[in-house]
Amino acid sequence: MDFGMVPLTHYLFLSATLFVIGVTGVLVQRNVIVVFMSIEIMLNAVNISLVAFDRYMNLHDGQVFSFMVMCVAAAEVSVGLAIIISLFRNKPTTNLDEFNIMKS
Amino acid sequence: MELLIFYPLAGLCVLFALGVVVSNSPINSAISLIGMMLGLAGIFVLLQAHFIAILQIIIYAGAIMVLFMFVIMLLNLKGKGEDEKWQSRDKNILLNVLGGLLATGVLYKIIDIINAGDFNSPAMPPESFGTVREVGTILFTEFVLPFEVASILLLVAMIGAVVLAKSKVD
Repeated sequence: MDFGMVPLTHYLFLSATLFVIGVTGVLVQRNVIVVFMSIEIMLNAVNISLVAFDRYMNLHDGQVFSFMVMCVAAAEVSVGLAIIISLFRNKPTTNLDEFNIMKS
Repeated sequence: MELLIFYPLAGLCVLFALGVVVSNSPINSAISLIGMMLGLAGIFVLLQAHFIAILQIIIYAGAIMVLFMFVIMLLNLKGKGEDEKWQSRDKNILLNVLGGLLATGVLYKIIDIINAGDFNSPAMPPESFGTVREVGTILFTEFVLPFEVASILLLVAMIGAVVLAKSKVD
């Protein structure tokens, strides 16, 4: 039954790759909504390693953790999008480089 | 056999994630993100975490992406113009330093992972692994306090979103 099992390292590779893609998006993109989506990619990448470790150690704790991560992601998205809407009301743009009111 | 399913799913996820970062209009990014979420749900099924896979589809591909789409449509965002197509942020030393640190750190960790192969032959899980019953049991016994705190967090986020989106900043 052992043949064909995916090794744990594959899942960790996938997780690391997705996380790096997410960070690249946050650092490089200028659109605030796409930056938000990149944060979602990072949260999902962490979920993969949580669930993969869970499966390979035969526990359920990691799945509960990823459930909590989903809760936090939902809360973060709702508050963040509300902030984006109220920012857009003050200054009708979504380009991050133009939000520099606090820059001295 | 599992490898044959894993590789296409993982490739699909990485391609869609790249699509989110590289594409030029927010709508395309959002659709790519939905594709990535669905691919990740497949990977969770492969890991026998059926409950998390269903949650992934319902919460992420359903609720969160609808919220994203709603805001994109509400703000009426167009794609970037031809002149600023795929141009990175203004020159920033902090960004470069952070990116370099991240790249070296991830490379170091990957080498670490290659050298340690302790979990590569897992025990066969019981038949009920990852079902709603198992996850629910542990969620409502061992983790009942974090569960309640999560509900408070969601309530606070809801109130905060209403207040933020309603009030005018003076």
